[in-house]
Amino acid sequence: MPDLDMGGYGGFVWSAWGLSALVLSALLWRVLARARKARRALDEAEGREDG
Amino acid sequence: MSLRYGGGDPQRAELTRDGETPPEKPDLAAVGPLAVSPASMFGLANPQRFMSATRRLPAALGVLAAVLFAAGAWLSFTAPEDYQQGDTVRIMFVHVPAAWMSLAVYAALGGTSFFSLVFRHALADAAARAAAPIGAAFTALALATGSLWGRPMWGTWWEWDARLTSVLVLFLFYVGYMALRASIDDEQKAGRAAAVLALAGLVNLPIVKFSVDWWNTLHQPASVFRADGPAMTADLLTPLLVMGLAYTVFFTALWIVSIRAEINQRRANALALRAAGGA
Repeated sequence: MPDLDMGGYGGFVWSAWGLSALVLSALLWRVLARARKARRALDEAEGREDG
Repeated sequence: MSLRYGGGDPQRAELTRDGETPPEKPDLAAVGPLAVSPASMFGLANPQRFMSATRRLPAALGVLAAVLFAAGAWLSFTAPEDYQQGDTVRIMFVHVPAAWMSLAVYAALGGTSFFSLVFRHALADAAARAAAPIGAAFTALALATGSLWGRPMWGTWWEWDARLTSVLVLFLFYVGYMALRASIDDEQKAGRAAAVLALAGLVNLPIVKFSVDWWNTLHQPASVFRADGPAMTADLLTPLLVMGLAYTVFFTALWIVSIRAEINQRRANALALRAAGGA
């Protein structure tokens, strides 16, 4: 188990890892949200074509 | 009714109705076993085939990335501290892979922009557009985590040295690419203008890579990709490489999902345009 204080550098180490987790999660969320939006737009457009 | 891109010919990459224009298949039999003609290359990379070939790939890559991130994090926090950097070496395990990806994604952006500009390839343009925001996020992350390492080790959050400045320029190229695309209404003109900018930005990649060799910088020289092998011990190199692989797989999964979204959005836009024209 790592020492949470990290030899006095805990604030820097945990901030870097936390920021990385946050940015990668936000990236994943954004990409999936955009994919869902595009899929919905295509379904609606195809629905209009067929209808 | 479904729409498809016109065969493997990039010049026929406009949307066509099923049945009206049969897709042209590259004559692979006419190509020698060791030769790859532009026709076969584009045939394999057409958006229709890309969509069917990558249907299940992102989920598999996502699971693999999650496993690699978990393993990488465990290895990163069980590795011994560095004799000089102490525990701040653990910042390297998220900073260095982000920096690697910032360069790799820009190389992908430049490569796909080249194919988009020269061959007017629809999939290449979609791939370039999809790569830009992901690459920008990795570059911003590399700058921010580097700053968090620099403060305790160098005593400063930022220094205008060649490596840091060239990475900032790389970030500005990403932002410029996205801003240029967003500022031009005509999708094709926007794609071409942004592709030219992306190609110009490729000049910056060797500057970023070799800045630590060409100038006296505060940033340390390369310690992994060196002619005489890595300068790190295995217990620090292993978590770094596992995290690097995790970032790479994660990017690949995101890129594929983004390209698929871009293709779907363009199909939807084309259908909406046709509906508006027919009304």
